[in-house]
Amino acid sequence: MKRRSLLAAGFAAALAFAATAQGAQAANDKVVIGVMNDMSSVYSYLGGMGSVVAARMAVKDFGGKVLGKPIEVIYADHQNKPDVGAAIAQKWFDQDGVDAIVDLPTSSVAIAVQQVAKQRGKVTLISNGGSSELTGKYCSPTGVHWTYDTYALAHVTGKAIVQQGGKKWFFITADYAFGHQLQDDTAAVVKASGGTVVGSVNVPLNNADFSSFLLQAQQSKAQVIGLANAGGDTVNSIKQAAEFGIVKGGQRLAGLLVFIADVNALGLQTAQGLMLTEAYYWDQNAQTRAFAKRFEAEFNGKVPTSGQAGVYGAVLDYLKAMQAAKTEDGVKVVTEMRKMPINDFMTHNGHIRIDGRVIRDMYLFQVKSPQESKYPYDYYKQLAVIPGDQAFRPLSESECPLVKH
Amino acid sequence: MLGWMHIAVPPAPALFGQLLIGLINGAFYAMLSLGLAVIFGLLNIINFAHGAQYMLGAFCAYLILNYIGIGYWPSLLVAPIVVGIFGMLLERFFIRWVYRLDHLYGLLLTFGMALIIQGVFRQYYGSAGQPYSIPEPLTGGQDLGFMFLPNYRAWVIVASSVFCFGTWFVIERTRLGAYLRAATENPALVQAFGINVPRMVTLTYGFGVALAALAGVLAAPIYQVSPLMGSNLIIVVFAVVVIGGMGSILGAIVGGFALGIIEGLTKVFYPEASSTVIFVIMAVVLLVKPAGLFGRTA
Repeated sequence: MKRRSLLAAGFAAALAFAATAQGAQAANDKVVIGVMNDMSSVYSYLGGMGSVVAARMAVKDFGGKVLGKPIEVIYADHQNKPDVGAAIAQKWFDQDGVDAIVDLPTSSVAIAVQQVAKQRGKVTLISNGGSSELTGKYCSPTGVHWTYDTYALAHVTGKAIVQQGGKKWFFITADYAFGHQLQDDTAAVVKASGGTVVGSVNVPLNNADFSSFLLQAQQSKAQVIGLANAGGDTVNSIKQAAEFGIVKGGQRLAGLLVFIADVNALGLQTAQGLMLTEAYYWDQNAQTRAFAKRFEAEFNGKVPTSGQAGVYGAVLDYLKAMQAAKTEDGVKVVTEMRKMPINDFMTHNGHIRIDGRVIRDMYLFQVKSPQESKYPYDYYKQLAVIPGDQAFRPLSESECPLVKH
Repeated sequence: MLGWMHIAVPPAPALFGQLLIGLINGAFYAMLSLGLAVIFGLLNIINFAHGAQYMLGAFCAYLILNYIGIGYWPSLLVAPIVVGIFGMLLERFFIRWVYRLDHLYGLLLTFGMALIIQGVFRQYYGSAGQPYSIPEPLTGGQDLGFMFLPNYRAWVIVASSVFCFGTWFVIERTRLGAYLRAATENPALVQAFGINVPRMVTLTYGFGVALAALAGVLAAPIYQVSPLMGSNLIIVVFAVVVIGGMGSILGAIVGGFALGIIEGLTKVFYPEASSTVIFVIMAVVLLVKPAGLFGRTA
């Protein structure tokens, strides 16, 4: 809405101003990492200030200095607008001495900022942004897509459900680029695995009431209702599906982009049984728990989302590569990153491909029932580990110009 | 254009289901536009904080459940009272000063309040929603043959019809309502009859706000309780009020239900346009009958 954006614009202007004030004397006596994401609106709970906290934790763990220079973390709100994001990126790179921009949720903004960075040989480390096109058509020699992408979500969740017998699909799709892409990616997997798509409905973004669409899905007699949407739209559709007895009636829901904060908003009573794909869940093992515990202490007791955890991993890896390459030059640092295997609390023997895609294991989870959940945020049980080379789009299908076919 | 491809006229029973759903959504529109119409009709204030007050109602229910353990049913009473009192304080200390000025000032003032209230809640709770469950006796639903009707939705439609009719009755058919209407026409004269007009106006604003909060409590189990829940809805509700006729109680109620149904049908035949259709109707109504369907031309 107009009025919200007005406030957000003022806020962003103030932030950008603060960032300038900090960075004005930056020149080349320090390494600057800019966290750019949605700080104030629909997607702020996925990254927001939590991503800034994660980036600062990584800097601290690295020792606060690289190549003998102090490391600084600054941040800005891109308001989910590509033009705002691109303008901040230009200013950061050209005036404030920013070396890398991290997080970048909202695919349209991530694509715009990655283009700005590419022209200047600067680095983008994308964690919360989802579109698989970031390492496809819009790939960059200095761009790294760290945590997950739409292709992996569609493949892991879609395939698992078809294998369990969910062959006839109906899609409820957010009516914009991201939703259509998620639907297309998933429909391709469904068909390839022997399933069919019996119908779909395009729903305007930020819709409150899904009952009409759920009724259409119910009448389609599909076995699976695929939710190609995100955030509040996903939460409302799942909540109302429970109300309309969709799951009790024998149909099942496939949430294609569901984060732990969404499960929290739904409550386990409603969310139980839902299958979803994530790159990180806080309660997987001792290492993931240790990270979550530290993060909670720094960030008002909130558990880290996979996107925030990814910000930590990406920043740490970037700093290590910079140390090894002995330069701040973006192209050289990313080349160095590609050589190093990634091993941290959430990634085991991961690596970065030529198109910028981080190849890592993805995890298929199922949401626990209220009886199974023993303590706060005890939400998921792990069903499967999908090796990275099976989860992500193979290079042979890539449209990225850096890939030689 | 692709949208037209998958249009298949649904069989009659399916259409009944969609009509019923439209009616349920219309019940929410009616409740919210009713509060707006009461406030505008009697105070001449375009209450842009209505969406934020609706959100406050839902949050109030959520907070008293989680911190004091007060459940859904008492919330239906407690939340409107708490939020209504908050509204009266706003009226007493802020809104009162702009009655004599152009409408625009009231709009800007309440708009600013809405931004502040939403901003504060977003600061504390983030933009992700908070869970709120459907009360135990109303879970489940009835199989009507042509559709599955959740019990909670049936309750919503009954409750809002009762509140809408009650409000209309009080304002149009009782002595108290007559005082209120008279006070807006000529406050000095009504005061001369020994009626405390400023207090009546404060109470009226509080009542309109309480209606918004009540709608918020009714909405909490269906939608997520989130700081932005009102800002998404308020624009639609304004369109409903404009279509019904600014300040017309009957117009707000009839308009709310009718537009809910029209929107519901759009979701079947051309879903991509379902977020736009109400504004198209608003534009047409303004062209043909600028005072709205039930409005009186000044």
